[in-house]
Amino acid sequence: MASSAEMTQEENNWGGGSRPLGSRYGKLMMWFFLLSDALTFSGFLTAYGLMRFKFESTWPIAENVFTHFPGLEGDQPLLYVALMTFILIMSSVTMVLAVNAGEKMNRKAVTNWMLWTIVGGFIFVGSQAWEWYHFIIGDSGAVETARQEILHIYNEEGERLSFSQVVHGMEEGHASNHGETFTKAEVLSAMKSNEGMYLMEPGKAGEAFTHEVSVAMFEAGDVVQGANMIHNEYGQKQFANFFFFITGFHGFHVFSGVVINFVIFYNVLLGTYERRGHYRMVEKVGLYWHFVDLVWVFVFTFFYLV
Amino acid sequence: MSDHNGTWWIWKVFWILLVITGVEVALGIVKPEFMLTQVIGTSILNILFIVLTLIKAAYIVQIFMHVKFEKKGLKYALYLPTLILIPYLTFILLTEGSYLFR
Repeated sequence: MASSAEMTQEENNWGGGSRPLGSRYGKLMMWFFLLSDALTFSGFLTAYGLMRFKFESTWPIAENVFTHFPGLEGDQPLLYVALMTFILIMSSVTMVLAVNAGEKMNRKAVTNWMLWTIVGGFIFVGSQAWEWYHFIIGDSGAVETARQEILHIYNEEGERLSFSQVVHGMEEGHASNHGETFTKAEVLSAMKSNEGMYLMEPGKAGEAFTHEVSVAMFEAGDVVQGANMIHNEYGQKQFANFFFFITGFHGFHVFSGVVINFVIFYNVLLGTYERRGHYRMVEKVGLYWHFVDLVWVFVFTFFYLV
Repeated sequence: MSDHNGTWWIWKVFWILLVITGVEVALGIVKPEFMLTQVIGTSILNILFIVLTLIKAAYIVQIFMHVKFEKKGLKYALYLPTLILIPYLTFILLTEGSYLFR
């Protein structure tokens, strides 16, 4: 037997010792899972784009939908979601720091950074719950016509009115309904009595109707407050369906990421990886966690910015 | 892996991501008039948003997910499917989507 270097190479290649991708099994499988997941999310987002293109005139404009910031009154477009994005980026950074510390076998630093990552993930999921809550409760209310089109109420100055402002007047009413529910009769009679009020489509280049046409459409239709899978006061109901589905699917990824991170964190505490001699598990969950951040970068752009 | 010293490279990427996000949010709130000009079916602002997003995504994948330092084979295994299939899907929907109005 020739104990040459060639022979060893031969044995390595055919004996399963060769690693052409320079990566271990677990990490490779995580990567291929993330690859398929990336394609899934791209399917969702492109479908969103197609539907938005189809219903351009009634598609809600995100900055008119997500306008709340905890503790602040009035319109705060984008601020809250910017905060959420910042939290997720930050927790991605702490995750890299954890992986980095793991390579140096620094157990204390891994523990510390993993904990911060979990905290960041929790805050993000909580923020999303808050956003969903406000989306579901609704803001100004809208009219849904017999043809299931959503129309918003405007006054002669061209200002968007909430039901609260229509019924109680501009002085008494609030720009947001604050959870108060209104009946069709209340809003309709208030609208009839004010000649200046009219209905308009919510989307970009949406059509406006005259007062008479508006009242006639309202009489055949109904009032809508808040958003769910069937009605959506902000505009085209597909928007709500996509919002719930895509941010929900992403939020579930974040949630499962937090759970997996916690399991790994617990193992770090137990010293499992210290005994194993490497922290590769931290690297693998790290990949998953960065992917969650990566998807959010795209969701943020296509849901809130574009 | 071990070609990094310290953690400065992580914080560098953090600042890049933060600044880009900050710019995006600022542009999204202000919406400068001159950027609303329509080109190839959308506004310049939207195209800028997409470009900035792709830059952010590249930093996350290349540095945070460490692909930049992987072997060539793994890079191809990850980049080829995504960079072919996602633009292909987008292309199909963009071209066939025009039939929605016929």
